[in-house]
Amino acid sequence: MRWSIRACGSAARHEFFKRHPNLVIGLVATMLFALLGLISLVWTPYPIAQIDIGRRFLGPMAAHWLGTDNLGRDMASLVMSGTLTSFVVAALAVAIGAGIGVPLGLAAAAWGRPVEWLVLRFSDFLFAFPAIIVAILVTALFGPGAINAVLAIGLFNIPVFARVAQGSALSIATLDFVATGRLAGLGPAAIAYRHLLPNIMSLIIVQGTIQLSLGILAEAGLSYVGLGTQPPATSLGLMLRDAQSMFLIHPPADAGAGAVHRADRDWSQYCRGWIARRHRSAAAAGECQCRCLRSKGSSCASAAPRRSAM
Amino acid sequence: MILFALRRFLGFAATLLLAAVVIFYLLDLLPGDPARFTSGITATPEAVANLRAQMGLDAPAHERLLGWIAGMLRGDFGMSYTQRAPVAALLWERLAVTLPLTVMAMIISVVIGLPLGIVSARARGKAPDTAIMVLAQLGVAVPNFWFGMMLTLVFAVALRWLPPGGFTPRGENPWLSLRGLVLPSPALALPQASILARVMRTALVDVQGQDFIRTARAKGLTMGEAVWRHGVRNALLPVLTILGLQFAFLIAGTIIVENVFYLPGLGRLIFTAISERDLILVRGATVVLIVAVTATMFVVDLAYALVDPRLRERSTP
Repeated sequence: MRWSIRACGSAARHEFFKRHPNLVIGLVATMLFALLGLISLVWTPYPIAQIDIGRRFLGPMAAHWLGTDNLGRDMASLVMSGTLTSFVVAALAVAIGAGIGVPLGLAAAAWGRPVEWLVLRFSDFLFAFPAIIVAILVTALFGPGAINAVLAIGLFNIPVFARVAQGSALSIATLDFVATGRLAGLGPAAIAYRHLLPNIMSLIIVQGTIQLSLGILAEAGLSYVGLGTQPPATSLGLMLRDAQSMFLIHPPADAGAGAVHRADRDWSQYCRGWIARRHRSAAAAGECQCRCLRSKGSSCASAAPRRSAM
Repeated sequence: MILFALRRFLGFAATLLLAAVVIFYLLDLLPGDPARFTSGITATPEAVANLRAQMGLDAPAHERLLGWIAGMLRGDFGMSYTQRAPVAALLWERLAVTLPLTVMAMIISVVIGLPLGIVSARARGKAPDTAIMVLAQLGVAVPNFWFGMMLTLVFAVALRWLPPGGFTPRGENPWLSLRGLVLPSPALALPQASILARVMRTALVDVQGQDFIRTARAKGLTMGEAVWRHGVRNALLPVLTILGLQFAFLIAGTIIVENVFYLPGLGRLIFTAISERDLILVRGATVVLIVAVTATMFVVDLAYALVDPRLRERSTP
């Protein structure tokens, strides 16, 4: 593990990127979208809440690079702002999941039996609540909103991180240097912090990138069904929801090809490219890092799809 | 094995009980009074109080919790006060849409995902492998509801082969009812099939490098035979786990995809219930979903132990 981390960050960096074009593509695409989202904080072509019915359903043009939606809002601005929402929600959810899950997993590995049992049962229990069910409960409690999505996805992330941390820390806890540390008088907490945590960090980061991309998707799903981000704020899932209602309001019998075209323009042209590309890049980045950072004997099947079978 | 099953079953029951308690108390915290809702705005306070007593709402929370759980064990989920119907009947009616959809999606994802994963692993590093993995990556990245919209656009709006949404009850016309699920189920299955293909590939690639494959080869089997007879079976173990987990994702996916196709399933029921603040209904539907997820996990655990005897031993304390 030490070795692979060094290979990632040392002088051979240039060579390394050359050998992993996937990583470069994923990284660049992810950065690009992150940047796009960040820019929207200080500048968007138009204010995203600016409604102008006279200019609705416009096609791409110089004034509106991606056209306008059913309310005449500028699509490019919406996409920029929506990207930020998706990123922020997913990142906060990862932070919640890792912030609670990793300590739990470490505690399970460091203290052993009773704690382990408790942590594993707890994460089993949380697993029984898919993010959407949590979101439903939270919505019923507090009403819909982006915070909802963060809570729901974050809660769902906790057992994932707990499991990964516990599993990987367990394999390290049996190694000699941990025993040495124990001989030197370190307690379980110190062992967990000084020896286990640094050694499982790579896996946690990998899992984090994967959960980030899943979180983006989950946020889109929740917003799409109306449990996530609420207008006037926007997210990519919410945009798809708006676009679909447009497409069904204009049935083909009534508006003919125009409706199809309009609907198609509305979401396929704009959102498809954006969403698909963004998720792909996030996932690709996750996978690549996965390959470079992954320690050898670990076994996260979903996390590491490509393992050279040596 | 029986002891193992028993222990797992206890865990399963405990999870459900705990989940029911959590859900009950969470929703009990909510403001809003069903009695007031039912009796309308103009009702006098006495009438509301009467109704509350009649509905059993004035009992302490833990008593109502016990009553609710005991009722569910008998199949009585209480009355929905917005729909004025027993919750159990409503849920059952909706499950008749959600369940076939989930099962169909599951079948599609297995039928597509597993063979692709096997092909990919056998051709590791070659063109078919790359092509399949790129496809799988795309499949994971595309949100299923978006894929559903695209399917509607192509097959319902442009080609008009299939209905864009809605659902005919099976009793009325089984053929039409099946047609209504033709578009939603692949939409639901796409991400699952992609994940399945990747997991299958990883597992098989792993297994291919194992000693017993070499032994099988030394025995005179061709590589194809060795992989088919010894590899695939061993590789199916992790796949089984993922399949179980996928059920949870499928249920989440159903709730969202039902919205794309306007299917009157469990998901739509929950959304109406939330917007109408029908907490008894929300409570019942959530419990049903959690039972489905937990029961699947339980069955997977058992199946796993049946297939792989090593696990049974390991789990003995």
